[in-house]
Amino acid sequence: MTHSARQGWSLSWGFWAIAVLVPVSFLVVFFAWPVAGLISRGFVIDGVFSLDGLSAVLSSPRTWRIIGQTLALAVAGTLASVLLGVPGAYLLYRTRFRGRAFARALVSVPFVLPTVVVGVAFRSLFGASGPLGWLGLDESFAAIMLALVFFNYSVIVRTVGALWSRLDPRADEAARVLGASPVRVFCTVTLPAIAPAVLSGASLVFLFCATAFGIVMVMGGVGFGTIETEIWYQTTQLLDLPAAAALSIVQLVVVVAALLVAARARTRAEHALRLRGDDTTEQPWRAGRDLVPTLVTALVVLGLLGLPMINLVVRSFITADGWGWRNYALLAGTGEGSITVPVWTAALNSLTIAAQAAALAVLLGALVSLVASRRPRSRRLAGGVRLLDAVFMLPLGVSAVTVGFGFLITLNRPPFDLRSSPILIPIAQAVVALPLVVRTLLPVLRAIDPRQREAAASLGAPPGRVLATIDGALALRGLGLAVGFAFATSLGEFGATSFLARPDHPTLPVVIFRLIGRPGADNFGMALAASVVLAVLTAAVMAAAELVRPKEAEL
Amino acid sequence: MSGLTVTGAVVRYGDVVAVGDVDLAVAPGEIVALLGASGSGKSSLLRGIAGLEPLVAGQVCWGDDDLTDVAVHKRGFGLMFQDGQLFNHLSVEGNVAYGLYREPKAVRRARVAELLAVVGLSGYGKRRVSELSGGQAQRVALARSLAPRPRLLLLDEPLSALDRNLREHMVGVLGDALRATGTTALYVTHDQDEAFALADRVGVMQAGRLLQVDPPDVLWREPESRAVAGFLGYGPFVAGELSQRLGGPGAAPNELVGIGPAALVPDPTGTALPVIEQRYQRGEVLVDVRLPDGQVGTVRTAEKVPNGDLALTLDPSGCVIVPVSH
Repeated sequence: MTHSARQGWSLSWGFWAIAVLVPVSFLVVFFAWPVAGLISRGFVIDGVFSLDGLSAVLSSPRTWRIIGQTLALAVAGTLASVLLGVPGAYLLYRTRFRGRAFARALVSVPFVLPTVVVGVAFRSLFGASGPLGWLGLDESFAAIMLALVFFNYSVIVRTVGALWSRLDPRADEAARVLGASPVRVFCTVTLPAIAPAVLSGASLVFLFCATAFGIVMVMGGVGFGTIETEIWYQTTQLLDLPAAAALSIVQLVVVVAALLVAARARTRAEHALRLRGDDTTEQPWRAGRDLVPTLVTALVVLGLLGLPMINLVVRSFITADGWGWRNYALLAGTGEGSITVPVWTAALNSLTIAAQAAALAVLLGALVSLVASRRPRSRRLAGGVRLLDAVFMLPLGVSAVTVGFGFLITLNRPPFDLRSSPILIPIAQAVVALPLVVRTLLPVLRAIDPRQREAAASLGAPPGRVLATIDGALALRGLGLAVGFAFATSLGEFGATSFLARPDHPTLPVVIFRLIGRPGADNFGMALAASVVLAVLTAAVMAAAELVRPKEAEL
Repeated sequence: MSGLTVTGAVVRYGDVVAVGDVDLAVAPGEIVALLGASGSGKSSLLRGIAGLEPLVAGQVCWGDDDLTDVAVHKRGFGLMFQDGQLFNHLSVEGNVAYGLYREPKAVRRARVAELLAVVGLSGYGKRRVSELSGGQAQRVALARSLAPRPRLLLLDEPLSALDRNLREHMVGVLGDALRATGTTALYVTHDQDEAFALADRVGVMQAGRLLQVDPPDVLWREPESRAVAGFLGYGPFVAGELSQRLGGPGAAPNELVGIGPAALVPDPTGTALPVIEQRYQRGEVLVDVRLPDGQVGTVRTAEKVPNGDLALTLDPSGCVIVPVSH
């Protein structure tokens, strides 16, 4: 090897070592350690290893009722999301009609809305005084499930739609020419082709449903709980750490199973299909063929997605003395002591914390995505890259509650005494947002044809310049969206923040949760108004992220 | 020694040997084409020379510099891909200027304009890459790879994604551009016409081996092996005795006569052979006849011939003599 070549190697190895070590250290200190710390509390009682805690929890009928409720809710929420989402994916990604871009944008809004806002919106719809109060669904299984579908519908639409829009239509045409009816074509050709995407989306939705916290906390009332809320209850209300740790382990088993199914489905989706590159294969909308999916989707968009949000906005303007801004005016106060700071102060706290969390998550997520998008020649390195990708998906599944509580009990003494540090919440939120950032940036980087980098190198570009002008330039396209996702997730983050927020420094979701839990018409009105504010902030962030797309690069 | 010297190059993908022990030299200013079927290892050899695939064994040198372990971007070689691989996020001039980033801005602008003129796309600088047709995109890709004045330009089937008419036109564009810029080039293709039209010398690759490298006329007239002759379009191969009976050249017992595409001609005084099949191709009729040894030979005629027998003779000037392969 010549001297100059060796020097180039060591330089680029240095860069990649940093790109791996920084995010991994972050994940170890601020995720693995706290989670491990919490779980180990469950097994070490009075300094001795013991399975008593675990067996006590697993032999309690309450635990099995909670596990049953969690699984039932997740299965029902997933099935409903898939049944409604597949027609939506067809309509929004396979057919062409005026206003489709708007419809797509509309459908993707709920996913980024804070869970607390969604919970409040559904409560104001199904609550005793709400327009659908006569259904008697307040605090019911059905209402929570509908809220979960509200939240996850777009996950199915987007996962399935993205694949469906690039599916080679000639397979369908071949089946038609062989004499198959449209229904038979759908069942025998189309469905098997999109099945991997459906499975992959469904396992994600299952994951989100099984770990739902904010929605269940706001909507569940006393009678209903999931593993996640039970962990919260056991730790904060009963101070029973062994029980909480045991539940965390049960949660982890469910999550890992769902992630494994998702990973397998994704691998198959990436290999087995004949896709038409970037060409979309959509067709103009035709009434005869597309009527049923259109009706289903219109019902979902107007009824399930539209109604709760419109109702929330409308009711935030209803006060004891008729229509008015009173609920919003109250946000400048503390609701007669229901909360510790004015809502506007909490909103400002949220924005500051979210900006810090987003910066952290995007920086780390970009490094992880860069590394995970490499395709090293060596088999061992390639395995390492796959492992890295998988490891950074873990926070998606591990309960945010576990992360938050783990922070409290592990980061409270040297070397990391961060208990009173204001950076703790942004860090926790960054852990939660990191998988979303990676999931946004990684596909963009993976989609780069490796020969683009080869072309750049053959034009004399050193590795650093290839990284900046090829990977970097294309990643910029995903960066706006990644920042938006990270910011919106952090704005609405409730699970970990509810543990870490100091009483004198609460975030907006924490304040809303407190308000909705207090009696009194003013508190309820303030919760509605504050939810609208939080929803508008989130939507504004996402809209801004969509707008900041880089223009054509110049000479 | 100046120019490119490849010695004993071996490229492997796992257990598959794509290039096995290839020697090749390209002199400065020369255009060499590598001809071979798909899977013959020609593209792998090209990638090995570019530094995109590691050589398991062998050397790549330019002049006296051993480049075998030098990184791609430091070799000073350019590479043009089959599908162009233009950078979609850059404009046309952004693409052409990509390799010129060390130059001052004024030099860059001038060079971009110069190269766009060479490929006949003056004024296209501000266009988006996605607005270009297939032929235009390949011309931009050519301008881009020529811009940094590579000491060697490697071209990997640059025209095979285009349709036939455009391809014939682009062979002219490409040849003019390479000669106008005095570029040393190694050109990989499976299309014989392209290779013969462009190259000073043509190499034939098969199963990872470089069988023969010679100027087009020498290659055509004196293929060294049955494989090369067969790849160029000679065939069937017959024994000397049969060849002489049809009016062709004789051959030693360890040699065969390769019948060229135009070597069998109708001749009322020649040998009558049974017609098997006739078909049209580009205004000619191709008549398949059964040779006495059972192989099928093809005769070109202006019109269809009556079924039955066709009298023909073998033109010695259209035949080559190659050793019997082992």
